[in-house]
Amino acid sequence: MEITAHGLWSLIHGMGFGGLYLLACSGAIVELWRRYAPGAPAEPSTRDERFFRIYLVAMAALGWLAVLTGAYIVYPWYRAIPPAGTISLAGYPQRLLMSSPTTIGWHSLGMEWKEHVAWLAPISITMAAAVFIRYGRAIRKYPPLRNAVLSFVVVSLIAAGIAAFFGAEIDDQAPVTGGATIHLINGGK
Amino acid sequence: MSTQSMTARPIEAADETALPNGSGAAALLAAGIGAFALAVLAIMGDRIAAFGKFAVFYKPTGPLSGVTTCAIAIWLVAWLILDLRWKRRDVALSRVSAAALTLLVLGVLLTFPPLANLF
Repeated sequence: MEITAHGLWSLIHGMGFGGLYLLACSGAIVELWRRYAPGAPAEPSTRDERFFRIYLVAMAALGWLAVLTGAYIVYPWYRAIPPAGTISLAGYPQRLLMSSPTTIGWHSLGMEWKEHVAWLAPISITMAAAVFIRYGRAIRKYPPLRNAVLSFVVVSLIAAGIAAFFGAEIDDQAPVTGGATIHLINGGK
Repeated sequence: MSTQSMTARPIEAADETALPNGSGAAALLAAGIGAFALAVLAIMGDRIAAFGKFAVFYKPTGPLSGVTTCAIAIWLVAWLILDLRWKRRDVALSRVSAAALTLLVLGVLLTFPPLANLF
């Protein structure tokens, strides 16, 4: 069982940082909705509050790692230009997608949207983390602020979801491969 | 107790109602501005050849590198300026929130290629 270095980075970017971010988003939404609503029955403890601060900071780190690895490690491999005379476009995902009318949309709509909309997720969650670090449980005293932060987190989930959907589909249609081959495990006989 | 030592108290110990909402409003509006700036810069990178060329900060990534770096710079500068102006006062939070959310939604919509291509 083997994987290429480019494929491994694609996995780290998408399923690692991106996937964990998506999972964490739902937790942040539930927490903000349930515990920090004005008039929520139970006052969050100092321990809960500290945990949620760390949780949001970790989410922001995941969001930034996802977009930075995507833009600066995986994307250059995706948009690599094949040398003149190249017959197989297998190592050039963007060109492979653009070579057929049945797949060009995955680039012209999917990648074009994904490469920009994904950045709204770390911007939104960094703001949410900063606001929560500043206000903590006091955010319950400011319903418009808490509602707006919650809305930004929801939009960040949508943005990350769009990026994840197109990322997964593009990788299915034209995977990023190449680089050194990493041997994972021997298969059965 | 000096003013400085009072403001340095941890949030848990502070009177929650004494926290001005300005800092939160500044963070919100700046995030909205950053999201909208990203979409506008992405359209500019695609439509204006000179800007697209300028935006190549890192050649393997192409114009995306400059578009996103400039948007992040705009977001952080806006945040810094707004925070300096608002951190010690209360602002009209509902209006600021509405403006921030409108900018964020516009940011999402304007990154959608069929809409971005209208410009």
